[in-house]
Amino acid sequence: MLAIRDLNVHYGGIHALRGIDIDVPDGKIISLIGANGAGKSTTLKAIMGLVSKSTGHVYWDNTDITGMKTKDIVNSGIILCPEGRKIFPDLTVDENLSVGAYLRKDKVAIAKDREIAYDLFPRLAERTWQLGATLSGGEQQMLAVARALMSKPRLLMLDEPSLGLAPLVIKDIFSVIQKIKEEGVNVLLIEQNAKAALDISDYAYVMESGVISMAGSGKALLSDPRVQKAYLGE
Amino acid sequence: MKIQLNNKIKAALTTISIALFLILVFVGDNVISSGSSWRMLITVIEKGSIFALVAASMNLLNGFTGLFSLGQAGFMLMGAYTYAIFTIPSASHDAVYQYFGGGIIKWSIVEVLESKIGVVGHYLGLFIPIIFAGILVAIVAYLIGIPVLRLKSDYLAIATLGFAEILRAFFQWNTLGPVTNGSNVLRKYTTYHSAIFPVVIAGICITIILLLLNSTYGRAFKAIRDDEIAAEAMGINLFKHKELSFVISSFFAGISGSLLAMFQSTISATPFTTQMTYEILLIVVIGGIGSISGSIIGAFLFIACSEWWLRGLDSGSWLGISSDLMRSGFRKVIFAIMIMLVVLFYSKGIMGDKEFSWNRFVNWWLTRPQAIKNWPNKLKSKLVSKKKARMAKSDAKARLKQEKADSDYKKASGTPLFTPLPISDQVIVFDKEGK
Repeated sequence: MLAIRDLNVHYGGIHALRGIDIDVPDGKIISLIGANGAGKSTTLKAIMGLVSKSTGHVYWDNTDITGMKTKDIVNSGIILCPEGRKIFPDLTVDENLSVGAYLRKDKVAIAKDREIAYDLFPRLAERTWQLGATLSGGEQQMLAVARALMSKPRLLMLDEPSLGLAPLVIKDIFSVIQKIKEEGVNVLLIEQNAKAALDISDYAYVMESGVISMAGSGKALLSDPRVQKAYLGE
Repeated sequence: MKIQLNNKIKAALTTISIALFLILVFVGDNVISSGSSWRMLITVIEKGSIFALVAASMNLLNGFTGLFSLGQAGFMLMGAYTYAIFTIPSASHDAVYQYFGGGIIKWSIVEVLESKIGVVGHYLGLFIPIIFAGILVAIVAYLIGIPVLRLKSDYLAIATLGFAEILRAFFQWNTLGPVTNGSNVLRKYTTYHSAIFPVVIAGICITIILLLLNSTYGRAFKAIRDDEIAAEAMGINLFKHKELSFVISSFFAGISGSLLAMFQSTISATPFTTQMTYEILLIVVIGGIGSISGSIIGAFLFIACSEWWLRGLDSGSWLGISSDLMRSGFRKVIFAIMIMLVVLFYSKGIMGDKEFSWNRFVNWWLTRPQAIKNWPNKLKSKLVSKKKARMAKSDAKARLKQEKADSDYKKASGTPLFTPLPISDQVIVFDKEGK
């Protein structure tokens, strides 16, 4: 499991994360919801070592990974599927997946995982030779998730997978996320689409300007009047 | 109709064309006398392959790793000097280093090898100094890369340009005269005997670059070019891979520098200015950023134009036209105009970011008659006002959006939006306006 303790991040003079605590237990989907600029993406980037942390610790399976390099964190089984998809536009679908498995050396296992990824997203299997840039938004998101899975993670962190997608496509993506969880991968999900996220998550945190303001099971938060008012528009 | 060749035919075609080319170069080199005007062809092939190698190395950095670096001429200079310094025979040292008391390096790699292993050493003596020069350049590039590669885009270009100039000044520094001969030329060093030598060396090096680009490392380079953050999130160590690409690119630039030294048979630091870097960049852009085969084609075209085809523009008459305008420097004017035309009409270069393939070549060749017929129309459509093009684009976008909405609706409701057209034998063709 992943545990974040009293994490602080500064961007220049801005105090972006103000001492947050988050737990991601095994076999669960945990989501982090909140408005723009609340610090959700920063949290994920800080876990990955993509931004530097001021104070605080990140523990992964009881080891402290706070100061580790990104590649070692990926090697230890955590992967980030970044916001805005960030697929490699000039590489083919197949090559994108190969880059996802960059740190792995076992060719047989990689080939097997490639097949699993294509099983999960049949749309991609039809487009293995297409360049990333020529995919539709939904397909690009599928590719981003598939690419992240190619590193064989035990914790998949998804940053806004529903960003800019049609409702039907969002539904597809979220059902795949549930499938991924059933395969035994822990999921940490960041979403602005609070309803969709809370529907599938076992536990969720609400973030407001750099602090965790609420936490609870997905169902509990869905029926909480404050959450409904602020994030569900009811 | 598109023709698809199978792999055996493609491999055969590649082997045959490479073999034919090498035989032609070899025979041409021996048959064409030095007085003939066709001798220029051999010169172009020699110099072209040297520049093809340096252009490919620059493309590895700029086109495949996305690092905008302008240090290539500096690394070439260093390769050339390293090669020359260590291959001047000891008998010639006093003549070459006449102002510096015969220099301080009193031996040459070639002679050392010859005295140890005889004739084999003589031939090895052609290769080992080249590789030695490449490795030395790579080490210097590694050291330069540590501070410089933390910069991005334009700043990286400025810093590498600066380092290239520093290298040039360094090699001309009088205090280093006993090693580099200061600002005087180096000469009398060992050179190759046949035009096939630079072609083969450049060919091997470019093949290595191609193999590298198709490996896991090549994919990592392209991933960094496409999106640094995503690449890092996938576990690619950004700095390590940038450094790797920089060092490999410099290694091959050093090798091409030593080939250039051999080709010219005298070398001085003066011509390795930023202008030379720009010429290499020009080759890369004309050939296509992100295409090694483009760089090769670009290099041969550029060298053929500047050394051979456009020479007449400088000396008074060209293709039977003679004019007072055609005096020294006019070639560059024509060159500038050609570059503008390339940038306007071929902004992606000759090959774009695609590599040469026999399939594409054969199909391209078969469609030439038709394309020449259509050429006036194509030119007309290129000159259509931008407004029209923009309108057409937004039209197409709106149509795509509508189609997507229709198909989504169809999927959601399960019923087709429109009743199907009555079935008939006739084929209905919609023109571009969608009428």
